[in-house]
Amino acid sequence: MTAPTSADRVIIGGSGPPPWLRRLGRWALTAVAVGTLIYLFIPIAVVVLFSFNDPLGKYNYVWHKFSFAAWADPFKYPELGTSLQYSFKVAILVTLTSVILGTLIAMAMVKYRFKAKGVVGTLLILPLTMPEVVMGFSLLTWFVALSWSRGFITIVIAQVMFSISYVATTVRARIRGFDWRLEEAALDLGAKPLRVFSKITFPLILPGIIAAALLTFALSLDDFVITYLNSGIDQTYPIQIWTIKKSRIPPQINVFSTSILIASIVLALFAVWLGARRSKRTGQLNP
Amino acid sequence: MADSEETGSKPNRWHTPYLLLLPGLVALVVFFVVPLFAIAKLSLQSGGLSNYPNVLNKNWEVIVRTFEFAGLATIGAILIGYPLAYFIAMRGGRYKNLLLALVVLPFFVTYLVRTLAWKILLYDGGPAVSILHTLHVLPPDQGLLGTDFAVVFALLYNFLPFMVLPIYVSLEKLDRRLLEAAADLYASPQRAFRKVTLRLSLPGVFAGTLLTFIPASGDFINAELLGSDRQTMIGVIIEKNFGKEFFRPELSALSFMLMALILVGVLIYAKVLGTEEIA
Repeated sequence: MTAPTSADRVIIGGSGPPPWLRRLGRWALTAVAVGTLIYLFIPIAVVVLFSFNDPLGKYNYVWHKFSFAAWADPFKYPELGTSLQYSFKVAILVTLTSVILGTLIAMAMVKYRFKAKGVVGTLLILPLTMPEVVMGFSLLTWFVALSWSRGFITIVIAQVMFSISYVATTVRARIRGFDWRLEEAALDLGAKPLRVFSKITFPLILPGIIAAALLTFALSLDDFVITYLNSGIDQTYPIQIWTIKKSRIPPQINVFSTSILIASIVLALFAVWLGARRSKRTGQLNP
Repeated sequence: MADSEETGSKPNRWHTPYLLLLPGLVALVVFFVVPLFAIAKLSLQSGGLSNYPNVLNKNWEVIVRTFEFAGLATIGAILIGYPLAYFIAMRGGRYKNLLLALVVLPFFVTYLVRTLAWKILLYDGGPAVSILHTLHVLPPDQGLLGTDFAVVFALLYNFLPFMVLPIYVSLEKLDRRLLEAAADLYASPQRAFRKVTLRLSLPGVFAGTLLTFIPASGDFINAELLGSDRQTMIGVIIEKNFGKEFFRPELSALSFMLMALILVGVLIYAKVLGTEEIA
């Protein structure tokens, strides 16, 4: 490659490929990106579409004819609704527990220096590098050894175990690099510790906590493997579908999924709107 | 992990951090660390260490297949996930957040239901099979369900966003002035991409690989819904037999091996990519 003799050649990019090849490259990139997005959405479109199917047999696998029947009677199989309720109960308790435990760990890791930091860091990463099936099976073995019967509590414990790491990592990343001297300043100015917490510490860590809570809630609702290995008679929503599918796959499952999808989109839009409003008001406070 | 940002300026009592850590750590030790010892102990029951070679022999094919499927799904996810992340980060403009939301949106439909949708799509009378039959890509008596392709394809699908998001984050953080500097120093765009963009986004590829490969290697839903006996993975064996008490020592050994193999793999991979940042 010879050095360009004039500045023009650098701007044109004389050492690179001809322009038509670059245009082709750019076009290919767009094509792959758009194609991948379509790939991501094909099954979702199928889920929504097949909620309007009137399947011939018990399995909603083949398109037969358009019908509102499933939408008109979404609770035809009451176990779907019951299990969804159960899932929400589990998710709420799991979110509360792991947000509290995980945030405390994150605070300790960010605000203090201590000897065991490396060990704690490794312990936090370990659950993330382990397939769920291993974690779920080892917990099951432990519950059997303790002769605990499986049910609500064991599901919550199992889910909290994989959520703590997510919460601690998320909150830690969000509150890293904050100026904690604000707390000392407030104390110096005569504020009571409780007031320091409510006026300084809590508002600083709140965005991190909200992000972690949303993530945990979503992971909990969606979790299958760990929950499946550690659940008893009562079943969460995904497990109920797994059980039901042995005898039928009714379009009501698609109705539920479509409704959850729509509700999630509405909630997400609401959160974006709320976030935009919040950052307008307190934009200067949060770096 | 950048400890420099974690000031630790507090002159407080030494035990304060330990008090904060206590509840979470106790929970992790009792319900995460101890259970691992429990399966280690159970895996050595009636037979001791010789259980391991036995289990390895008996399940060799399944173990190899598990890593093959998870590996193929991960490579596929890099091949299509990287361009998508690059496109969003570099060409997304003001639609960046919308595009990211689109990547995450499929996750609002439960994992199991998404995979059932693939079953609809790949079903013998379904659209994919009829298209492939018309194009003569597939012989008329051949379907898609119960093939390696179906399982790998669905694994790739289910974990793709876990690949796209970390790569996006690392590309987004990339200092664009470095690319300008590379161009100023007469680097061709290809060379600038190889030496700057690709190299600096490797931590994202690393994180994405872990987030894809690890759950894929333990998965049983895709193999059970879309595969047949010829697509059995380690997770399937655990799922089908965890209720049988006499089987648990063998399953413990299997789980322990899966975990150990993954940990070793992660360490080697980290060395090869030259990154020490795991999280």
